[in-house]
Amino acid sequence: MTEDQVVAELRSGMTIGIGGWGSRRKPMALIRAILRSGLDDLTVVSYGGPDVGLLCAAGKVRRLIYGFVSLDSIPLEPHFQAARQNGTIVASELDEGMLQWGLYASGLRLPFLPTRAGLGSDVLQFNPELRLVRSPYGDSEELVAMPALHLDAALVHLNRADTAGNTQYLGPDLYFDDLYCMAADKAYVSCERIVGTEELATGGPGRQRVQRWMVHGVIETPNGAHFTSCVPDYDRDEAFQRDYVAAAKDPELWAKFQAEYLDGDEQDYQAAVARRAVEVSQ
Amino acid sequence: MSATVGAVEAAAEASSVTRAEVCVLACAEAWRGDGEIFASPIGTVPNIGARLARATFEPDLLLSDGEALFVAGTWPVGDAPDGPVEGGIWYRSVFDIGWAGKRHVMMGPVQIDRHGNANISAIGDLARPTRQLLGVRGAPGNTVNHRTSYWLPRHTPRAFVPRVDIVAGVGYDRAAAAGPAATRFMDLRRVVTNLAVLDFATPDHSMRLASVHPGVTVADVVASTGFDLVIDGNVPQTALPSAEQLQLIRDVIDPRGLRRNEVPE
Repeated sequence: MTEDQVVAELRSGMTIGIGGWGSRRKPMALIRAILRSGLDDLTVVSYGGPDVGLLCAAGKVRRLIYGFVSLDSIPLEPHFQAARQNGTIVASELDEGMLQWGLYASGLRLPFLPTRAGLGSDVLQFNPELRLVRSPYGDSEELVAMPALHLDAALVHLNRADTAGNTQYLGPDLYFDDLYCMAADKAYVSCERIVGTEELATGGPGRQRVQRWMVHGVIETPNGAHFTSCVPDYDRDEAFQRDYVAAAKDPELWAKFQAEYLDGDEQDYQAAVARRAVEVSQ
Repeated sequence: MSATVGAVEAAAEASSVTRAEVCVLACAEAWRGDGEIFASPIGTVPNIGARLARATFEPDLLLSDGEALFVAGTWPVGDAPDGPVEGGIWYRSVFDIGWAGKRHVMMGPVQIDRHGNANISAIGDLARPTRQLLGVRGAPGNTVNHRTSYWLPRHTPRAFVPRVDIVAGVGYDRAAAAGPAATRFMDLRRVVTNLAVLDFATPDHSMRLASVHPGVTVADVVASTGFDLVIDGNVPQTALPSAEQLQLIRDVIDPRGLRRNEVPE
């Protein structure tokens, strides 16, 4: 499959979960393909980073379900800030643990999972549809019933995969990528390199957590998480991220950034990134 | 005679201690008595404080590399740890350990009120804020599941407000209104600022001025706080780091002086 073939399977109005965490191992090649597409009116579920920022800036997002949006080394995401401050998205802000619980409930086909997280906080104001549930046991505690976050599609980026959809993450943390895949009707994996199944096993089964039974499509997108980190294949491109933030704060610079990086296809993007790297090193 | 000399020496020692170093110890003291739990400091001064606590009076604390690993030893802020890895602390295990109550986080809100409600999410109306910040992150779950402290390097009336715009970290009044499931494990320990240490050791859990840092008056703190603090009797001075603690802060944990970026002299 290609990025555009994956995106061709998505529809406007869908709920789409995006793996990774902040500005780490985000399926950016697939995000860029959505930017080029006619998709809109999306509900996006994410521990957000530039994936959320770019989709907001392109007007693709109707509703955002998130615990935070951050670029990690740069705490605040400018496009997300603008979307919130201009009121252009519906914000369903959740405690980070509630978001995990919602994905997990969806994966396990449960209507909800109980949690203390959210009690007493403005998460209940952000999400007026949230309900409480009373324990049927002797404690009779009243807890938040975190509803299943059902995803029409999940997009995740991993270091390695085979063509069947078995994968390997090589960095320090899987994040919640398996839960995103399980929560979705269809899960799509982009990866740095497609390899044989034998090679996947070299790191031990603990790194093979996203597996073919939860994956519907695999594509190879080298440098596909750029400019987020995809260790050990590459670190976050901090210089590029700084430029992204500067551009996002200025309409003129943003138009230039778009023309340079986002108006073409993924090959054009990667060529522009490579050109930029040469210019910076000279 | 000897008593006078001793007093002069103590004063000289005190005058060489910076405000940032007082804040480091005040943060470290948040974890005193915590035992074998995950200390989660957010910010430079809290990070120095947590490492100081483990290196001195709270040796069983667990500390992470800020990414995904529990690491032993004491290493400088701003550097990668060099100690042996004790185990994984992946993002999802942070919720496990936190909801199990084996965690004490120190978060850095932009607003806090007299009941300990804390805001890291956004300024203004939640539907359309005037300034979007991070979002609530893990603050709602943290505050009702395990010990929580706060660090505000700028103690101002804009930060210490009558009502926070968005309740991310839950305060005592909001938890009480939500019921026993919210209050059962709630434990707001202390609030450390560049001026003072505050806590909730009052009958109704209203914020109390626990100590003022050297060189700060009670009036300074009152003037910098946008609500009425509980002030009972004489407010003591915040403890100074010992010679051993100062050496650890200056030579081992923060040799580059990053603490001064958060608390300038």
